[in-house]
Amino acid sequence: MSVDQETVRRIARLARIAVSDDDVPHLQGELNAILAFVEQLGEVDVTDVEPMTSVTPMAMKMREDGITDGDRPTDIVANAPASDDGFFLVPKVVE
Amino acid sequence: MTNLTDLTLAEARDGLAAKRFSAVELTKAHQQAMGSARSLNAFVADTPDQALAMAVAADERIARGEARPLEGLPIGVKDLFCTEGVQSTACSNILKGFTPRYESTVSANLWNAGAVMLGKLNCDEFAMGSSNETSAFGPVVSPWRRAGEEAGKRTQLVPGGSSGGSAAAVSARLCLAATATDTGGSIRQPAAFTGTVGIKPTYGRCSRWGIVAFASSLDQAGPITKTVRDSAMMLQAMAGPDAKDTTCADLPVPDFEAAIGRGVKGLKIGIPKEYRVPGMPAEIERLWEAGQAWLREAGAEIVEVSLPHTKYALPAYYIVAPAEASSNLARYDGVRYGLRVEGKDILDMYERTRAAGFGREVKRRVMIGTYVLSAGYYDAYYLRAQKIRTLIKRDFEKVYADGVDAILTPTTPSAAFGIGEKGSGDPVEMYLNDIFTVTVNMAGLPGISVPGGFDAKGLPLGLQLIGRPFDEETLFAAGQVIEDAAGRVALPEPWWG
Repeated sequence: MSVDQETVRRIARLARIAVSDDDVPHLQGELNAILAFVEQLGEVDVTDVEPMTSVTPMAMKMREDGITDGDRPTDIVANAPASDDGFFLVPKVVE
Repeated sequence: MTNLTDLTLAEARDGLAAKRFSAVELTKAHQQAMGSARSLNAFVADTPDQALAMAVAADERIARGEARPLEGLPIGVKDLFCTEGVQSTACSNILKGFTPRYESTVSANLWNAGAVMLGKLNCDEFAMGSSNETSAFGPVVSPWRRAGEEAGKRTQLVPGGSSGGSAAAVSARLCLAATATDTGGSIRQPAAFTGTVGIKPTYGRCSRWGIVAFASSLDQAGPITKTVRDSAMMLQAMAGPDAKDTTCADLPVPDFEAAIGRGVKGLKIGIPKEYRVPGMPAEIERLWEAGQAWLREAGAEIVEVSLPHTKYALPAYYIVAPAEASSNLARYDGVRYGLRVEGKDILDMYERTRAAGFGREVKRRVMIGTYVLSAGYYDAYYLRAQKIRTLIKRDFEKVYADGVDAILTPTTPSAAFGIGEKGSGDPVEMYLNDIFTVTVNMAGLPGISVPGGFDAKGLPLGLQLIGRPFDEETLFAAGQVIEDAAGRVALPEPWWG
């Protein structure tokens, strides 16, 4: 399978990465090189094979349902590009 | 007194215990070496005040007779580990200036064992690369150079990646040991390229908490060191259960150093025939044969084994890893930390931020991951790759069920290459570096790379041992046999300053 330029633009949109018109042909070539490389997986018989969900057998850990962390809003927003009074600031999203 | 930076981690520990030098002297010697090695670009942040304060405290503990296992030993930390109050960027522009308010579990474990932090080490952006050329801080230059090149016409070589700064810094003796991470070979390949030892432990041996995530089902932390014994010391301190990471195994950490010297007598070592790839250079073939001979002479039984799905590991990896990366890297949106580029609305802000903050390789992988997870392609790509991963793991399980204790392979298909030599046109050319290491991540197994010899141009080559789940001890035992037989690597003489 290979991707056309329209698909490259659609993937970029889904990935939330702005691409310029100049970027598209280059990205298309690189993505198609990778897709051509993974094409060989099609020759493997995967009938009745379970997809891997965990590489080592492990049970989900249980713990007491208690508070283990919190009450440090200044730490949480310390690295934010924009914050005010312990809140993250974003452009207006609701009219 | 010998040069303090020439010591191994174990020698430095013993020297401190015998009071032959102080932790402050040891730290200052390494800081001086760091200062004269700026041209290698191995460190991306120095923490000189913190290092000295930790060394002073270590000397006090040693004087009181309360030394911990790594007391006073100066190490470097890959910039993928979050370190409290110290810039942690994953070598990406999108995280420039990010200063965590918390410490990763692995680095906290090291400080609790007494280690001294010299600074943060360069790596590929988000650990995506095999040459350290994708770093936002620029490439790392390997301390190794090809023999026989004319002065003034020397090729600058890559140290491998993604843990290129870690490997270069240990190899150039700027730190006694370094932390690293391995998602597809990022500890073992740079170790092989720089004549150092690197171990990726079993998935779940080390906590991933506080390590910038790339592909969560594959990522594992481990050390890069000068010797096998040093790797055992480092992993001992790094590993252990952690309530903050549900994938971290609740298993006690064995005494890894005690496994050194156990030898390989009576062990069965498997040689997978599928690793004999077409076009394998003769010197890699010779290295592999030498490794088999050394283990046989030490009393191991060498048997041919088959891992039939080996050739599918790398393509399956280039579906699974980008898929997980595209999900993990969704958090870099210009809101909570890191870079923000303003836009006309919030979507525009996300898109501009990520376009400006991510480098080419990261964008490529996020986009491939987005594609293979998108509606209509999920089954054909992602689900199929996860099924093939099951088959890859099954191959190893069969071999181990037949009584094989460890598997021996070359670490890489070649020695280090020049900066700018690979992958500029076709990204797959660079990916092929990980052909021998990536299966180990796909199956969650432990793997160690130990120096085994040199190519015709005098560059180091590594041998890889792959173990059973949670049996790193056999890797340390067998790795020591290879180190003893091959001889300790003479690290390059400083030409860099």
